[in-house]
Amino acid sequence: MREITYSVAAREALSERMAVDPTIFVVGEGIGRRGGNFATTLGLYERYGQMRLADTPISERGFVGMCCGAAMTGARPVVDFMFVDFILDAFGEIFNQVAKMQYMSSGRLKMPLLMRGCIGIGGSAATHHSGSYYAQFANIPGLRVVVPSTPYDAKGLMNTALTCDDPVLYLEHKNLLATKGPVPEPEESFSVPFGKARVSREGKDVTVVALALMHRKTLEAAEALAAEGISAEVIDPRTISPLDTDTVLESVRKTGRLLIVDESFQPMGVGAEVAARVADQGFDDLDAPIRRLNGAFTPTPYSPTLEAAIVPNPTTIAQAIRDLVKE
Amino acid sequence: MSSRLPAGVTRDQALALYRMMQTIRQSEEGLAKACASGLVHGACHTYVGEEAIASGVCAHLTHDDAVFSTHRGHGHALAKGVTPRELFAELFGRETGCSHGRGGSMHLFKPEVGLMGTSGIVAPCILQAAGAGYSFKLRGLPHVGVAFFGDGASNNGAFHEGLNLAAIYQAPTLFVCENNQYATEVAFSYATRNTDVYKKAASFDMPGICVDGNDALAVYQAAGEAIARARAGGGPTLIECKTYRTRAHAEGMRESGYRPLEDIEAWKRRDPLKLLAGRLSAADEASQAELDAIAEQVRLIVEDAAEFARNSPYPDGATATDHVYAEA
Ligand SMILES: Cc1ncc(C[n+]2csc(CCOP(=O)(O)OP(=O)(O)O)c2C)c(N)n1
Repeated sequence: MREITYSVAAREALSERMAVDPTIFVVGEGIGRRGGNFATTLGLYERYGQMRLADTPISERGFVGMCCGAAMTGARPVVDFMFVDFILDAFGEIFNQVAKMQYMSSGRLKMPLLMRGCIGIGGSAATHHSGSYYAQFANIPGLRVVVPSTPYDAKGLMNTALTCDDPVLYLEHKNLLATKGPVPEPEESFSVPFGKARVSREGKDVTVVALALMHRKTLEAAEALAAEGISAEVIDPRTISPLDTDTVLESVRKTGRLLIVDESFQPMGVGAEVAARVADQGFDDLDAPIRRLNGAFTPTPYSPTLEAAIVPNPTTIAQAIRDLVKE
Repeated sequence: MSSRLPAGVTRDQALALYRMMQTIRQSEEGLAKACASGLVHGACHTYVGEEAIASGVCAHLTHDDAVFSTHRGHGHALAKGVTPRELFAELFGRETGCSHGRGGSMHLFKPEVGLMGTSGIVAPCILQAAGAGYSFKLRGLPHVGVAFFGDGASNNGAFHEGLNLAAIYQAPTLFVCENNQYATEVAFSYATRNTDVYKKAASFDMPGICVDGNDALAVYQAAGEAIARARAGGGPTLIECKTYRTRAHAEGMRESGYRPLEDIEAWKRRDPLKLLAGRLSAADEASQAELDAIAEQVRLIVEDAAEFARNSPYPDGATATDHVYAEA
């Protein structure tokens, strides 16, 4: 298989879907001729024109509400927030309107709306440009939340998102955009279903669940631990709403130990949900308490020394795994 | 040909404006260099070309007045009383910065002098300034809230809601729109059908004033009137300053063709520092030697600031979660 970057993979999916579905249009700041702050739409303006790549004013609440109306009336809008932090200005539109519309209309209306943006701590972006927010949005019934960690999944999940009738929040970690990986040829259509986790590394001593950039960092840690004779199984949930519990349960049945690594906050977070489900359905398989390793519960600081102190890294992940294996 | 300074503007005031504009310009140029050499860790949006606005407005403010700023906030911070040392140290991520290294360029705070923050999110400053005005009115204080924001922010709901709120409560607030004609690379003429922001004040029955944002004396006079009116209980004003940023949206970005290069050159000829220097010498109020001496004094201050920042310690990682909640 050819190797392409995460960012190219996601863009390829968007472009291919736009070619077959004329109701798809993209809105956002700088997504037209400029091709997106993160190159999410590079080259698409030339191909699909202004009506389908509509640069917007800085009106997040406005264009989300507008796209909600467009999705209710036959279009398939894609809202590109660049930094997903800007989505918060539209929170009411998303929670009260977009996510509830199918329910309020007793299923007569569909909401084929894709919202996307970049997440993650890094590069001293500071607290208005470093958020992840997936836990907050996964707490909204009616919304799908997708967090790919590889180019393959970026394209496969984008394909699913652009054919799905539910509103989808698609989140891309900034530090994954330039990473490369195998992806099928452009003509080969494929998709990755929502709610199906991926076991990205097999192991027998401990199960580690990790998303987005933390998934990559966890694989690094697992690799290093192999030399110490610790065998970690690594699982990427890929989507957190829906969240695949079965794959995790099956793994824990084998390993008896579970660690969840998450860049985002611990309270009420993804780790809490995974842990609760495993405690609920896999209690007898556990040989040790379920552990979580998270980013600190704080707004994101700027200075590199502070930023580094609040996010897990391969060293702290490896240590958390060692500690759990000893319990 | 001698043409006097406008009525009500003294030589000292004009020279103070010039000094502040030099401070902002030279700080920005120093920071741009520091960005290129990797000393600035995050984003850096410079204020080059727009110095007259922060200088002209803040000259009327005391430390009790509250300024709410944007991602392009170095000039507002300096004009409100943040020192170049504190600014450089903040962008260099050091403990001695005005936000103790926690914020960087887009989160400059110094409430001690009334700098209530620059912001990584476009537009909330408009609402917060209305709130400051409300608070001062409620508490019977003669202070004003001031929001600086770009043309891009004027298309955000916060602009329309903030102006309306300030108008109905007659809050002592000044809204200063720095219309540099682009929001990142999106032209204002694309993003709105009415590119005269000041005219939008009429929707809220509020005075809307348009000034040449590169003319420090014009900004100074317009702001002076609006602030005096606000302090006297006359409510809010919107001032639109037509201007241009002559550097990239953010350091490290290139001119990608979204704006004509001739425009940049034309606006550079209208450099606000040169314009003010020209006004001062035409009025026989300052010799070139005097202006050069100011520039030289500022050069030493800015050099010292960069040096101070470079030699300052980074914050201790163990303090990363301080201040999330009020201390008991
Ligand atoms: C709510 C929000 N949306 C988008 C952005 C990204 N962004 C940062 S600066 C900017 C352009 C701002 O333009 P303007 O308000 O005119 O200020 P200027 O940069 O021209 O000074 C944009 C879109 C943001 N910071 N906040």
